Amino acid sequence: MNKNLKEQVLRSSGVNVLKCMRCGKCSATCPSYDEMEYHPHQFVYMVEKGDIGTLMKSESIYKCLTCFACVERCPRGVEPAKVVEAVRLAAVRQQGGNRLEPTDIPALLDEDLPQQAIVTAMRKYAK
Amino acid sequence: MQVNENFEPVIVAFCCNWCSYAGADLSGTNRLNYPTNVKIIRVPCSCRVNPMFILRAFQKGADGVIICGCHPGDCHYTSGNYFTRRRITLLYSMLDFLGIERNRTRLEWVSAAEGAKFAATMQQFTEDVKALGPNRRLEDLRCRKQ
Amino acid sequence: MQRIGVFVCHCGTNIAATVDVKAVAEALGHEAGVVIAQDYQYMCSESGQELVKSAIREQKLTGVVICSCSPRMHENTFRKAAASAGLNPYLVEVANIREQCSWIHKDIATATEKAIILGKAAVAKVALNTPLTSMESPVVKRALVIGGGIAGIQTALDIAEAGFDVDIVEKNPTIGGKMAQIDKTFPTLDCAACILTPKMVEASQNERITIHSFSEVEDVKGFVGNFTVKIKKKARFVDETKCTGCGLCTEKCPMKKVPNEFNMGLDNRSAIYIPFAQAVPKVATIDPNYCMMLKTGKCGVCSKVCSAGAIDYKQQDTIIEQQYGAIVVATGFNPIKLDKYDEFAYNQCPDVVTSLELERLMNAAGPNGGTLLRPSDKTHPHTIVFVQCVGSRCDDEKGKPYCSKICCMYTAKHAMLIREKYPDTEVYVFYIDVRTPGKNFDEFYRRAVEQYNVHYIKGMVGKVTPKSDGKIDVQASDLLANEQLHINADMVVLAAAIEPDKTARPLATMLTTQMDTNDFFTEAHPKLRPVESATAGIFLSGACQGPKDIPETVAQGSAAAAKAIGLLCKNSITCNPCTAHSDELMCNGCSSCEKVCPYGAITYIDKEFRMPDRTTKIRRVASVNPAVCQGCGACTVACPSGAMDLSGFSNSQIMAEVDAICK
Repeated sequence: MNKNLKEQVLRSSGVNVLKCMRCGKCSATCPSYDEMEYHPHQFVYMVEKGDIGTLMKSESIYKCLTCFACVERCPRGVEPAKVVEAVRLAAVRQQGGNRLEPTDIPALLDEDLPQQAIVTAMRKYAK
Repeated sequence: MQVNENFEPVIVAFCCNWCSYAGADLSGTNRLNYPTNVKIIRVPCSCRVNPMFILRAFQKGADGVIICGCHPGDCHYTSGNYFTRRRITLLYSMLDFLGIERNRTRLEWVSAAEGAKFAATMQQFTEDVKALGPNRRLEDLRCRKQ
Repeated sequence: MQRIGVFVCHCGTNIAATVDVKAVAEALGHEAGVVIAQDYQYMCSESGQELVKSAIREQKLTGVVICSCSPRMHENTFRKAAASAGLNPYLVEVANIREQCSWIHKDIATATEKAIILGKAAVAKVALNTPLTSMESPVVKRALVIGGGIAGIQTALDIAEAGFDVDIVEKNPTIGGKMAQIDKTFPTLDCAACILTPKMVEASQNERITIHSFSEVEDVKGFVGNFTVKIKKKARFVDETKCTGCGLCTEKCPMKKVPNEFNMGLDNRSAIYIPFAQAVPKVATIDPNYCMMLKTGKCGVCSKVCSAGAIDYKQQDTIIEQQYGAIVVATGFNPIKLDKYDEFAYNQCPDVVTSLELERLMNAAGPNGGTLLRPSDKTHPHTIVFVQCVGSRCDDEKGKPYCSKICCMYTAKHAMLIREKYPDTEVYVFYIDVRTPGKNFDEFYRRAVEQYNVHYIKGMVGKVTPKSDGKIDVQASDLLANEQLHINADMVVLAAAIEPDKTARPLATMLTTQMDTNDFFTEAHPKLRPVESATAGIFLSGACQGPKDIPETVAQGSAAAAKAIGLLCKNSITCNPCTAHSDELMCNGCSSCEKVCPYGAITYIDKEFRMPDRTTKIRRVASVNPAVCQGCGACTVACPSGAMDLSGFSNSQIMAEVDAICK
């Protein structure tokens, strides 16, 4: 368990994971659930445990649409999407230079890609 | 100021009957030591402490005054300690004006279950006042001998 | 001339081991006004008290100082001893030289010095003590119960049983409250109406109980033992004394499209209505928002069919004023509104219902006569999903931060009843935690799972989507299987959080009682005084104090009654004599004290004063009601002219203590 990494994620997300009451409404509401190896409620729990390395290696951090449905519906105000984003940011920082230029996007587009994904791609990769 | 090693400050503690006085009793029951400098005056509620009493204490030679009440929200009389909090805040500016160090007056919340906190608070406060040294006496000009 | 006696206690070795008690007695003996200073092994013992008593008699003492343990321990003992020797009990002061001196200090010299100073402070104070007499205030032998649900009914019945008159004020046309709407009760599954309606009838027939239905409390004045309450009897346009409750008017009324609040708006009633068949009082009420006669002046059918001549379209609201000795608050609860929970589609889909609505749907007296049918198309539902904690345990502004306590159990009850009556129905319950503390509660829940095969799934529903084919898609997480589910449901039942009734807050203001941030009434002590409010004479019954199930509500109702009876039994109450009083000559009537008084004990009176030039002048001055004043002293500090003072802890007394300590 990397304590610094946990602190970094908690600080950059601004989320208090201890507020979670483990109801799973975030995962119940997640449109990207089936795509994810680790689900929103697991992100919150694993960050609480400090198991961030596993999350950083998982594809799940890129599968989150950042649609904020979980943030909207969470009864405890935990904001799981911000946790996912913070883990993603930690991964990006570690790798370095993992950037997507706006000019790269048109080439990557395909018909099935939802509008939401394009918008969040900017958020995810252009950090 | 020259620090006198043997300086024993006079400290007056106002304790509300329901929380802090019981807390002080509890620290006694638990045999928790704190300096003899502290002398406790029992009041029904911390809001009974008129700022005049504090000024009177400083006038008569007290080196420190501490007011203890129930924790905010726990006042036996619903809202008394909120009044105390505001009054003491205002008193601080007056003490500044009079030239009495702020740290000679303190407001603390001690519940009936916090005997240890009471003893620790008194210990700390006594040390703080000791560090400040003797207080200058407030003098009533009307009483000055011509 | 003061004649003060000082008595120093050894308390065995508790005090004597670290305080030189003889030196203390010796030193205090030289204080001004002290005529006798003695020490003794155990002051609180029979012989110790005798020492004090004989000194009072022989030395004609005017004040007594006991240097002993904490006044919280034995102040009363010594006050009683003084009183039995003919000295006013409030002329006794205790210097705490055990808990606050001998027990905390180890050095004999400094401890003795401190004990002497504490003794001197007590001597200085007692010299300024004045004899105080406890006031007696009479108690009106009548109680008011606000709210006519099961809590209020139980409280009223118990108080009436003890032989006191009780009035119930109920804002609805009938008493019965939420329990009247419930079908069956957990964990015994007996019928709620079968156990409630006999109690309602008992309340109406008890000659000591007066029911003011369709009435509200308008104003409360006074204090413990002597409240004056204004009750508004709202116009129901039917003469209660004449109406026989035959119900003919409700049948003939042409205006039949009024949402029936008793059935949670799931069906309609007429503009003149009796809420339900077992209503108490069984009297019709006209709803002025829908009655054609009252709105347009054209109709009058009910008046024509009423053989008793009870209809009175000109009836007005009336105000009743009554005196009470005790008031019991039993305002109860309501399920929260689910408007803000878009994800559960409560407003979009009629087949998404709250648990209380399901209760009516399953009730034999409900809109479907006891057959569970979907509200939308009146077909049998085959898959029903229950969602727990809707609005409970929420940290946001949409919901409530607390656990509503009853939902786990009533959901298990609903699930079980449905599975028993319609075994072809699949029932899913999404839970976060199943909370079943209570007698036979967990067994009940286990029976739902093991015997009735209700599918309990650990997880939460995230989204409810009504589909075009009339089905409902329920998207949820199953945390234990770690998967996201989609259930094709026919009905969704939401266990809405419960909240205190909206009338509770204005009522709390009238009663000067405290509420928490969730609008539940605050009890005087969370552990030891759970049915009393901090305001004397106001008691709490049922869910107005916190979420409760029926047995707990009834228990609290009876407990509140016991406390009220305890008060009503007394002919008068003794008040704490350490109360505030204002010096009328100094008071300028500025109202500062009134604003800080948490009990509303201070009022202003116009009083005639003789001026030095022999004219008279009328001035407004503060007057403290000693029966209401609790003696906190907030007003004494707020008073800008120093007119307000507190008996027993007067300005001069505290100043004297300060002087003695600082000397």
